Amino acid sequence: MTRLIDLRLGLFLAALFAVTVLAPLATTLPSTSALNLPSYLIPLMGKYLCYALLAVALDLCWGYAGILSLGHGAFFALGGYAMGMHLMREIGARGVYANPELPDFMVFLGWTELPWFWYGFDMFWFAAVMALAVPGLLAFVFGWFAFRSRVSGVYLSIITQALTFALLLAFFRNDMGFGGNNGLTDFRDVLGFSLSAPSTRIALFVLTAVALAGCMLLARAITISKAGKVLVAVRDAESRTRFLGYRVESYSVFVFTVSAMMAGLAGALYVPQVGIINPGEFAPANSIEIVVWVALGGRGTLVGAAIGALVVVALKSWLTATFPDLWLFALGGLFILVTLALPNGLLGLVDRLKPRKAKPATEVPA
Amino acid sequence: MTPGLIGAPLNVAQLYLDGVCRSFDGFKAINGLSLAVEKGELRAVIGPNGAGKTTMMDIITGKTRPDEGKVVWNGDTDLTRIDEAGVARLGIGRKFQKPTVFETHSVEDNIRLALKAPRGVFPVLFDRRSAEENRRVTEYLDRIRLTHLRAETAANLSHGQKQWLEIGMLLAQEPQLLLVDEPAAGMTDAETMETAELLKSIAGERTVIVVEHDMDFVRALNCRVTVLHQGSVLAEGSLDHVSAREDVIEVYLGR
Repeated sequence: MTRLIDLRLGLFLAALFAVTVLAPLATTLPSTSALNLPSYLIPLMGKYLCYALLAVALDLCWGYAGILSLGHGAFFALGGYAMGMHLMREIGARGVYANPELPDFMVFLGWTELPWFWYGFDMFWFAAVMALAVPGLLAFVFGWFAFRSRVSGVYLSIITQALTFALLLAFFRNDMGFGGNNGLTDFRDVLGFSLSAPSTRIALFVLTAVALAGCMLLARAITISKAGKVLVAVRDAESRTRFLGYRVESYSVFVFTVSAMMAGLAGALYVPQVGIINPGEFAPANSIEIVVWVALGGRGTLVGAAIGALVVVALKSWLTATFPDLWLFALGGLFILVTLALPNGLLGLVDRLKPRKAKPATEVPA
Repeated sequence: MTPGLIGAPLNVAQLYLDGVCRSFDGFKAINGLSLAVEKGELRAVIGPNGAGKTTMMDIITGKTRPDEGKVVWNGDTDLTRIDEAGVARLGIGRKFQKPTVFETHSVEDNIRLALKAPRGVFPVLFDRRSAEENRRVTEYLDRIRLTHLRAETAANLSHGQKQWLEIGMLLAQEPQLLLVDEPAAGMTDAETMETAELLKSIAGERTVIVVEHDMDFVRALNCRVTVLHQGSVLAEGSLDHVSAREDVIEVYLGR
């Protein structure tokens, strides 16, 4: 029987737990201490964990069900916009134009009333539900049409890419009502807590870590269930699965929707920590980068996806600061390296370096 | 033949194809094919390459829609309106020509996924392995003689073992009808004969249609034979009967 928490996941969760406890503690140390962690690093780490969660979401549908989505950034951004809309409403009359009802950009555009699709976002719970429901619903409808028409492989990847590109163009437009080019920003607080307060930052960071751990456990539970085995079966021999009586499209829609909701959750946690959401999050290149994270870490492992995201994003932070021109070359180079030399990613490399386990006696031919 | 009238009366035909046509880019792969198979029957379908054997299976199993004609299951269900999964759920199992198993799953999991059970996403998601299920898995593994390889990854099986595993998966589905496409391909003579014995033992309880090229294998099945040629039935009867016919010899056996 496969265990929910195997060695790899156990080690990862233990490390995540340690960081989640120690990092906030380290910010309270005196600034003269060598172990002091500047508190501005907490939201940065929280942002990294959001990316790790996004990578886990993609790995669930790509690594296990073989659905290579090149548009997962769209689900992430939609979750982010849902939370951003709430944070905009929470600014209230403290905006530049001091309009209690309308966010600044609407006043600036000369709008007199709130568009209907902004209704309800003044309530946190509504925004939180929408952050999951909107990406989930989009994935469900999109997946239902795509999988029912048996669109798969590279064609599916291309239309997911088109999806995120179409949303990019739409969200750039001022008359869409989402702040156009500038997106949503200048947030003040969430649930009454100031976003710039160290305690709020720590709470958001801890919440992100809990969400990451929870989603990894959920994803793991799905993949080790019988349905998870069906997903792998679809990936490896789709028609065999159909002829066994499984409706492949139902399974694909299910996992695609769950994955999109996880991506939406990651986006919703990302926005308050980063302080802005703009249409750039829909950029096709963002979605492709997620694929590189998962490929680098090792697809179909969940833990590898999270590690891949953390490694690549840390590398990106360092490279864009020290050698800004090199980043895209490094990203491309990494992808080539992984494709040619590390087909199973970093975790695959770890497995290869480990001495092989002796085969259990049951496998000896009788 | 008048459309709608076929050789066997409806009440005994478990599967009955009536005037089925299907063309691909103008080529008539199936051309007015009519065929009736009785419940519990073992039937061999032979014919030269391009005779339409695999297309016939694709039509029965819902993979390909015919341009014309009906495929009637148990006298009341038209299979041409149902997708592959729906056809499988009605109790029609199919084995491919090339052994197709889930390579990254263990032998045991391959059987487990095939076991007759609800197929919807949520019942499967919350399915918990029971002792009863393990017993059934063992039963099928014993029958295909792969019990000792239970935990082995299916990718590591030999070609013949994969063929057997796929047959085991087919049995685990507990289908009423098994469609078996060239089961003896790539098997040794001994394995071929064992497979023939296995299929004969299944027939009676279940209906079995075997598409095969290997004449020794068809002879070992010792059953009614349908010869397909250019997408329709050329001859039907015992192997001795059909192989004595001039037209059959000309298109197939004589080459």
